Amino acid sequence: MGGRDRRPKLAVWKFASCDGCQLTLLDCEDELLALGDAVRIAHFPEATRGRLRGPYDLSLVEGSITTKKDVARIAQIRRQSRRLVTIGACATAGGIQALRNFAGQPGLAGQVYPEPAYLDALATSTPIAEHVPVDFELRGCPIDKRQLLEVITAFLAGRRPQVPAYSVCVECKLAGQVCVMVAHGTPCLGPVTQAGCGALCPRFDRGCYGCFGPMETPNTASLASPLAACGLDRGAIVRLYRSFNAAAPAFRDESFRNERD
Amino acid sequence: MSATDGTRTIRVRELARVEGEAALKISVRGGRVQEAQLNIFEPPRFFEALLRGRQFAEAPDITARICGICPVAYQMSAVQAIEQALAVEIPPPIRALRRLLYCGEWIESHGLHVYLLHAPDFLGYQGAIEMARDHRAAVQRGLKLKQTGNRVLTTLGGREIHPVNVRVGGFYKLPSNSALRELVQPLREAREAALETVRWVAGFEFPDCERDYEFVALQADGEYPIDQGRIVSSSGLDLPADRFDEHFVEEQVRHSTALHGRRRDGQSYLVGPLARYSLNHDRLWPLARKAAEDAGLGPVCRNPYRSIIVRGIELVQACDEALAIIEQWERPAQPAVPVAARAATGYGCTEAPRGLLYHRYRLARDGSIEDALIVPPTSQNQPTIERDLEIFANDWLDLADEPLRWRCEQAVRNYDPCISCATHFLRLEVDRG
Ligand code: SF4
Repeated sequence: MGGRDRRPKLAVWKFASCDGCQLTLLDCEDELLALGDAVRIAHFPEATRGRLRGPYDLSLVEGSITTKKDVARIAQIRRQSRRLVTIGACATAGGIQALRNFAGQPGLAGQVYPEPAYLDALATSTPIAEHVPVDFELRGCPIDKRQLLEVITAFLAGRRPQVPAYSVCVECKLAGQVCVMVAHGTPCLGPVTQAGCGALCPRFDRGCYGCFGPMETPNTASLASPLAACGLDRGAIVRLYRSFNAAAPAFRDESFRNERD
Repeated sequence: MSATDGTRTIRVRELARVEGEAALKISVRGGRVQEAQLNIFEPPRFFEALLRGRQFAEAPDITARICGICPVAYQMSAVQAIEQALAVEIPPPIRALRRLLYCGEWIESHGLHVYLLHAPDFLGYQGAIEMARDHRAAVQRGLKLKQTGNRVLTTLGGREIHPVNVRVGGFYKLPSNSALRELVQPLREAREAALETVRWVAGFEFPDCERDYEFVALQADGEYPIDQGRIVSSSGLDLPADRFDEHFVEEQVRHSTALHGRRRDGQSYLVGPLARYSLNHDRLWPLARKAAEDAGLGPVCRNPYRSIIVRGIELVQACDEALAIIEQWERPAQPAVPVAARAATGYGCTEAPRGLLYHRYRLARDGSIEDALIVPPTSQNQPTIERDLEIFANDWLDLADEPLRWRCEQAVRNYDPCISCATHFLRLEVDRG
């Protein structure tokens, strides 16, 4: 078959990450075998030892850049990929491991590894788009299954994926979910966080903690006083913004603002 | 170089069907395996360091991100350790719900490993999608099992990966009775599928590889170890979680970004399904025990290739228990008990699908984390995986490089290593000289 197989080639690549976003693909239990019929899985080491050479029609990239070797590897992958989509907060914002980018975290390696000198670790964890052009960024920690299928389908069909850019707040309204901030005084990042989870945390009686990162032009400044009214002090607000999307510019800047003022 | 002088190097540059990035290098000298190295190059993410200064309430969500395959294990060891530090007593119905959540993760993770990651080795396929061309019904059964595990996770935790509902003291929200009832039918079907799994994998061919392992697992009164217990071993250790550090250490080796776990006396040991099963066979419920017997497995299993059968048996046990928990569950008044900060150190040990997962936290008076230590199962198993290869690969040296490489990979996959976990932490390289 080899030479005659015209199905598009899909590749999945991993950088610093927890594997959760690529596992999302294997968690598409109802669609996985059909996907395996529709595309050639050309590189997906978590799922198969089979490998096809590039170029690849669609590369999904999980994880952030944290080593010198990986700077070179992502450039190489970009050259072999017609379309490159980053999946998850690690790839789109640097992930939780980007906490190392913030001041006051010196010598992280020394705290975990007795001999940090053997490690090829950079001082920062950076998103893929800081190193190579990216065709689409899919948010989430982890990404949402339905959105992933939409992205794959859209790219294979040559159209833009339809992924909403509004906030989790809007998802709550759409779901008829009462506002946890108004009703229970629970601090919530929903007003400034991009939709995608289906207002998951509010549905579980807790505040949003920002897995999907900042929405387009979030008004973080005006969320400061409602958060304070819920009893968060400055330090708590800084921590709230500094988690899985800590280095996403809007969240990073708001955390700095709260640290400074 | 040439094999005539008995030297050879076999490399697997990127190990497939494992969670994370690793390589393998085997050096052969004078016709004998001199050394096997599991080379873990997954970039470290420094979790213990970035936990410092965070509030204890954040630990379950942060540590979940160490591993997308077993986030619940991280959440469970974290809350157990912190609740011990804060002297919080968890009421039985909350504990039962946590155990149910954990059963969901076992079903998902074992379903994934047995069908998608491990079975293709026994049947000679590159992966499960390739295997599905000839064994579609089996792969579909595996996906269904996995899906049911995921359904338990989403019902209780909101989503499959990094569930949002676990908190120190209990849960944010209790599931409705009707949501729990909706799990019953899929779990009954999953239990049947699990029994079928045991029958299916028991028919695979297994190499004759037995090792005299030092097994380490949890043990608890009257139950199969999942979410709690004392640490016991085949050589007679028996300790509470808070004495883990007295007996086990992690050390750094040059060829790996994962620390290696060893006993303080330098001996390697084994955690995971084989250890759990062999130390707790008498605690399996009748259905799982019968399945083991029918599969020809004695009360102790020392052949790591047969771990696929043991995972099948644990699938039966997890489905059976999940059903019993739902049937007997009595709704508590509150989803969580109150928690107050204090300065203290707490220790937690639970059985992740891949084995013992130890957490230790030192908390300050304001509830911030001063110090954290996390010892995942794959770090503990690394020295044992290398020993297995050093011993077993000697019998395979007359194979050509590619089949030899595949054999060695399979030997590593026996352990379902989770490299993301171990590098807070694989490629095969065989050096034949
Ligand atoms: S974004 Fe979150 S779920 Fe995805 S790989 Fe990173 S840590 Fe894991």
